[in-house]
Amino acid sequence: MNVKCCNCEPEHVDAPAEFSFPPTFSVSEIKNKQRRHLMFMKLKQEKRKVAMKKKKKKERDALGDKAPPKEVPKTIENQRVYDETTVNPEDEEVAFDEGTDEFSAYFNRLTNPKVLITTSDRPRGRTVRFCNQLATVIPDAHVYYRRGLALKKVIPQCIARGFTYLMVINEDRKVPNGMVLCHLPDGPTAHFKVSSVRLRKEMKRRGKDPTEHSPEVILNNFTTRLGHSMGRLFAALFPHDPQFVGRQVATFHNQRDFIFFRFHRYIFKNEKRVGIQELGPRFTLKLRSLQKGTFDSKFGEYEWVLKRHENDVCRRRFNL
Amino acid sequence: MQHDDVIWDVIGNRAFCSFKVKTKVQNFCRNEYNITGLCNRSSCPLANSQYATIREEKGQCFLYMKVIERAAFPARMWEKVKLSKNYEKALEQIDQNLIYWPRFIRHKCKQRFTKITQYLIRIRKLTLKRQRKLVPLSRKVEAREKRKEEKALIAAQLDNAIEKELLERLKQGTYGDIYNFPIHAFDKALEHQDEESETDSEEEEDDEDVGKKEFVAEDEIEESDLSDFEDMDNLKAGSDEHEESSEEDESEEEMEEEPEASGSKGKMPLKGAVFRKKRAYVEIEYEQEMEPVPKSKAT
Repeated sequence: MNVKCCNCEPEHVDAPAEFSFPPTFSVSEIKNKQRRHLMFMKLKQEKRKVAMKKKKKKERDALGDKAPPKEVPKTIENQRVYDETTVNPEDEEVAFDEGTDEFSAYFNRLTNPKVLITTSDRPRGRTVRFCNQLATVIPDAHVYYRRGLALKKVIPQCIARGFTYLMVINEDRKVPNGMVLCHLPDGPTAHFKVSSVRLRKEMKRRGKDPTEHSPEVILNNFTTRLGHSMGRLFAALFPHDPQFVGRQVATFHNQRDFIFFRFHRYIFKNEKRVGIQELGPRFTLKLRSLQKGTFDSKFGEYEWVLKRHENDVCRRRFNL
Repeated sequence: MQHDDVIWDVIGNRAFCSFKVKTKVQNFCRNEYNITGLCNRSSCPLANSQYATIREEKGQCFLYMKVIERAAFPARMWEKVKLSKNYEKALEQIDQNLIYWPRFIRHKCKQRFTKITQYLIRIRKLTLKRQRKLVPLSRKVEAREKRKEEKALIAAQLDNAIEKELLERLKQGTYGDIYNFPIHAFDKALEHQDEESETDSEEEEDDEDVGKKEFVAEDEIEESDLSDFEDMDNLKAGSDEHEESSEEDESEEEMEEEPEASGSKGKMPLKGAVFRKKRAYVEIEYEQEMEPVPKSKAT
């Protein structure tokens, strides 16, 4: 039965001339039975999902104001076991501690950071390149080749030459895997496990090399007392006054005891939007131990040591 | 009776000796009392009834001597003499104890003693230097940590967090006067645009259901008259919605609009804006008669 009226004719003429839709296919056109069955099941699932959503929405709307509040999905961060060492911003004790701890000299602007970066014995190419890139990221950082020297002997020399930080990148199987960060005039020593190191070459869509401007520092999610001291440790690596002209930002983001380091260049497109472009190396740190004095593995006083079985007990317990 | 030659004939040449280690070039002797470590007629402690060695225990060197008179008493066979820590004195001790002994054994004893003292010195020097500590890694633990790290990375949403932080800093004014965005007026303008685009998108779908033809022609004319339009954000958002809704319907207008929409990027958003603007004026008069068709794409 042809029910074509004159109105439809121009439609018929125009369609092939102008533009045709891509041919839609239905599930029933797939010849392979197994795959057809699969795709049909998928289709049904999708439809069921949509229908469920609609139903739920209807119910909610029907109830109107009496509807129960929307449930927030549980995440590990939501369910985190409350840590009694969480720091209140207004805590006096903490403020007092910070006024007198090893970083007070930096935060009172008495010293400028000067970092010495070195490696373990006989570093391979990747570690060397990583050290060099770190040196570009941290202003006033110097890379020295470790010629089998003992750290305990290196430290007094560093102090004599006015360094405030000693950073040792440990290497295993041609890949950096550990970092010892030692604040020099008898400051705390932190030992980290370093993982997923990406050098500048391996970054996608990266920008040009970082300039000499001092970057800003972002420290996210350092909530507990330990995390707080970690935050100060990282903050003291960089000079006090960031040069906003450079538009560079170094981020230390703590998530579930992993500290992610990123280095970006940002640009404000307007009030509400900012674009960031990643330059610089990226790596993740996990704190293994924090020692009170300078590096001394035998006789040092450990403030905190990572014990695996503590965190195995409860999946939602974190230290930083 | 001790027949050294017979013993050597048997263990050295013909049959099996459990201390012998054969390599391609040489034979070694694993006997603890062997003085040179090689399997020779003169170095074999089993095939020589008169024999002497130097052995070291916990940094102390001892001279061991075996004579044929004690061959029958295995428990007392080896005579142990503690050597002095002084190198020269120890050499003299060796000489005194091994006086009248064959030259070979005396010489080899002194050689061995020298070697032992040298390596003891080396050990003492090394312990003063840095010791490398090997820490064993558990494969399961490492795999677990790696997975946790990946999940933490996903949960962190780093880019968003960094952007948020930067915008907050901008709001708080830590950047001072470097960036001059006029705050209030711009915000208001942005809010206006947001509201308009939302209402427009809903009404758009109704219109397409009804199917007006005049609409297209007017649009084309309007397009040429366009002046520059600044707010690209809204345009983009608007044009996305426009595209989605247009995919459902297969009316004539849509087909004609599509080629224009698929034109250059610069034009499309503008067109969408025009679309919206035009519609804003037109739509105010219409009422919503039908509910918008839910969007679902065919798989």
